[in-house]
Amino acid sequence: MLRADSINVQRGDSRVLEQVSLELVPGQVLGVLGPNGAGKSTLLAALCGELAVSAGSVKLDQRELSDWQGVERAQRLAVLPQSSTLNFAFKVEEVVGMGRLPHATGRERDQQIIGQALAAADAQHLLARSYLALSGGERQRVHLARVLAQLWPGGIGQTLLLDEPTSMLDPLHQHVTLQATRRFAEQGAAVMVILHDLNLAARYCDRLLLLERGVPRAMGKPEEVLQAELLQSVFGLEVLVHKHPERGHPLIIAR
Amino acid sequence: MNPVLRPRSLFIALGVLLALAFFLSLALGPVSLHLLDSLQALLRLVGVPVGDDTLEQAQLIIGQIRMPRTLLGLSVGAVLALCGVAMQGLFRNPLADPGLIGVSSGAALGAAIAIVGGSLFGGIPEAFAPYLLSVFAFAGGLGVTALVYRLGRRDGQTSVATMLLAGIALTALAGAVIGLFTYLADDATLRTLTFWNLGSLNGASYARLWPLLLVTFAVALWLPRRAKALNALLLGESEARHLGFPVERVKRELVFCTALGVGAAVAAAGMIGFIGLVVPHLVRLLVGPDHRVLLPASALAGASLLLFADLIARLLLAPAELPIGIVTALIGAPFFIYLLLRGRA
Repeated sequence: MLRADSINVQRGDSRVLEQVSLELVPGQVLGVLGPNGAGKSTLLAALCGELAVSAGSVKLDQRELSDWQGVERAQRLAVLPQSSTLNFAFKVEEVVGMGRLPHATGRERDQQIIGQALAAADAQHLLARSYLALSGGERQRVHLARVLAQLWPGGIGQTLLLDEPTSMLDPLHQHVTLQATRRFAEQGAAVMVILHDLNLAARYCDRLLLLERGVPRAMGKPEEVLQAELLQSVFGLEVLVHKHPERGHPLIIAR
Repeated sequence: MNPVLRPRSLFIALGVLLALAFFLSLALGPVSLHLLDSLQALLRLVGVPVGDDTLEQAQLIIGQIRMPRTLLGLSVGAVLALCGVAMQGLFRNPLADPGLIGVSSGAALGAAIAIVGGSLFGGIPEAFAPYLLSVFAFAGGLGVTALVYRLGRRDGQTSVATMLLAGIALTALAGAVIGLFTYLADDATLRTLTFWNLGSLNGASYARLWPLLLVTFAVALWLPRRAKALNALLLGESEARHLGFPVERVKRELVFCTALGVGAAVAAAGMIGFIGLVVPHLVRLLVGPDHRVLLPASALAGASLLLFADLIARLLLAPAELPIGIVTALIGAPFFIYLLLRGRA
């Protein structure tokens, strides 16, 4: 469980994040939405300790984030960045296996987990391939499998932060990825995911946080946050909000 | 491209290669010894009573001249390759070179100060000259690297990109100062300086060998402890932090090991290029980038390659001797270009 209390983040003279409070609850997926430059990735960086907060506090399991030892923290908090710079010819299973570095579960168990995490990201067929030979979307799925493997099988006390995990994926794998994320949360993990696609957010998130220029504009259930006037004022885009004919969640259509 | 060898086959192959290089390096040279005599002399040196007293000359040549030289080559090759792996990991670039952080140019500067400065102040006493040169080269390498590291630091974090640029800037600066010393040098000093810059295992002695052996052991024992961290570092620094590694400390250790290792190697044998760049790359092509295998395998391969390069340097124009830096560059540079072309394809 990860909890942020009125955090501010300062970059030079400008405040890039202001008074953000949130709680990542076991079993739930929190979606973070907002236009480019709204501070979504900054929020994620503050929540995992990459950026220092200038005010407020971030607590992981009731303990200040900075008080955690590296390995202990890595066993309960995993982070998927927007993109990776890996430039070496590791095999896919080795890349996913790096998620097991904070653990000492033994080779056999690790191998099992690597397989299961890859299957969750629908990438088990890539197991023996060289990472450098993969396409952008395949690489993204491999890294998702890596962070899933880091916390596998997920459970209460595990926190997963994902920065745009679907940005390079085809439509099918956008859904596959978020379904895997959901299932992971259902095991008990607390998940935060930054998304651009409002409809994916409506479908897979329990709660949504809408950021605008570093300030939270709305937080709540998808049907509370995804409202036409609010979206227009934040994104500057005129939209119609309908109901998904089969599932009932909000469906956003640009006018 | 997938790795072509299993780690075990690679280690066996490299072990055999190194043993061969070691033996040939002892057996071959300007004074030709029979291979069997060499083997017997070698056995006698380690206390096995074989052969007879006619082997005394061979025993002397091998024990006093070729053995220190061989151990020096082995040590220089291993430590340069290990430091190359460390730097390629630190910079997350398979084409990085240990010289990037200024250690080689710093050592060259230290050597230039010792050689030319010494001659300007009326010359260094003959007995101290080699030691003083080594000490200055080592101190120069360490000093410039410390400065590069310092320049890369901001707010408690070390920026690898800034270190890279600082390394380039300080290398250029060191080059200018070396140029100045070159200008001031007389002909004899200039010759010493030039030959030092080309690298050589000539004149190896046990007295000059042990500091390097010690450093090589330290580096060879320390870096593998960071093999997992190096693997994680290839994903990116923040990824490595998220996997629980103390990234700042690891970076500091990598820079320190490299400064120590390359500094000691250059101090003992002058500038020998391309080993640190080419060997790790070659090994990676064979078994993949996992540092748990890459580090020890590169040490073995680097040691063997340097011994073979030294054999070429010794034998090609025998009894004259080619500086080994020329040999490694002649082999290494085309290979590097091949790697560049291959990467583009």
